[in-house]
Amino acid sequence: MPAITFEEFWSWEAAANLLPEVLGAFFKVTLLVTVVGTLIAVSVGMLLAVLTQVAPGIIARPLRWVMDVIRMTPLIVQLMFASFLVPVTWDLLWVGTAVIGVHYSTYMAESFIAGIRSVDRGQWEAARALSLPQGRTWRAIVLPQALRATLPALGNWTISMFKDTPYLFAISVLEMVTVAQQAGNSTFRYNEAFTIAGLIFLAASLFTAFAVRRLEKALVY
Amino acid sequence: MTDNLEALRDALPRLGEGVAITLQLTLGGALVAFIVSVVFGLLSISPAGPLRWVSTVVVEFFRGTSLVVQLFWLYYVMPLFGVSMDAVLTGVIALGLNYGAYGAEIVRGSINAVDKGQWEGATALNMSPLTRMRRIIWPQAWVLMLSGYNNLLVMLIKGTAVALFIGLQDLGYQIDELRVDTATIFAYGIGLLLYYLIALAASTGLRALEKRARRRLGLSAGSVHASAGAAL
Repeated sequence: MPAITFEEFWSWEAAANLLPEVLGAFFKVTLLVTVVGTLIAVSVGMLLAVLTQVAPGIIARPLRWVMDVIRMTPLIVQLMFASFLVPVTWDLLWVGTAVIGVHYSTYMAESFIAGIRSVDRGQWEAARALSLPQGRTWRAIVLPQALRATLPALGNWTISMFKDTPYLFAISVLEMVTVAQQAGNSTFRYNEAFTIAGLIFLAASLFTAFAVRRLEKALVY
Repeated sequence: MTDNLEALRDALPRLGEGVAITLQLTLGGALVAFIVSVVFGLLSISPAGPLRWVSTVVVEFFRGTSLVVQLFWLYYVMPLFGVSMDAVLTGVIALGLNYGAYGAEIVRGSINAVDKGQWEGATALNMSPLTRMRRIIWPQAWVLMLSGYNNLLVMLIKGTAVALFIGLQDLGYQIDELRVDTATIFAYGIGLLLYYLIALAASTGLRALEKRARRRLGLSAGSVHASAGAAL
């Protein structure tokens, strides 16, 4: 391994030039995709979870199978698939966000299902004894308890989704890592570009992990 | 439809090559990830503080940065240090380090989940720490680990699609090639089905291992959900 000096490896000037561009892409794309994707994933995931529990077997079983296929196949391939299916005029940023949201909704649905099953049988029986309608039993009794039990898992999926946003590179959406790559292409300073992108990910992941832990403590116990 | 099928027949050898690359990445990545997870998982429960500290930093680093960033770093930045690797090897190392870090948490969690009495019993019988780990703790933790590894392996198989970013002609690439001659839905339908079958086969294999491990401990086969990837 040839010894290279730190100056050869790292130029503070190049790093300073790259930082605003990469950080801008982080806020404008990566963060946006994560937030909107999480909203889609939580709502669709909750819907899927409830559907698999209340729908008759003839609907629930094929639904579970489709969810399994989505969950067990690569997000990158799904992104490319969707990008070819939609009309060319559609903005691929939003198509990508929707695909990421739906992909993670299948994970969140599994977590929700586990949460729903963890709700004590007595809660269902009491709701029935009070002759609450089914809709209210779900909304007021079961889901609030299930949600508390699933919160840690949801936090982990959000962090995981956040780190999957660079997959949007595959459908040429200008997210942070794509911007870093292009900056590297034009200046040949790949080390600074990818190191900065990595550090931003690390900082944001650690921050989110910390926030999720705080939220768990505040809500669960 | 017949056009699609003819194009598929012509593309079969190339699809086969794509599957071969994807399987190489999967098996290589899984092997590296397994070794990384056991080493750092054991380090993280070591009685020596500095070892635990090193393990935490390494694990959080590889879990906290994105797989794509790590891959690009290995592929574009490492050559500066005079380390140029073949693309498949780069993919294997990136997948192994990233998923190995997740695996280390599985190893740590599983070992910690083994009943405290088992540790005390082994110590009371005057077993050395090595024998205690090898004969008493590990076999019990292994059962718990396997369900975690099952999820992780499915994630890793899905992760192999990043090979596209460093110009590897894996299954994902060949599907995209197939699309030129067939309908998009047909090509991607075949592709997703192939990925699903690979993941299903891997998951079924690990579930069989888990059943065997449970039997050897004298536990009932237990009910394990048919598909993986749900909890990590």
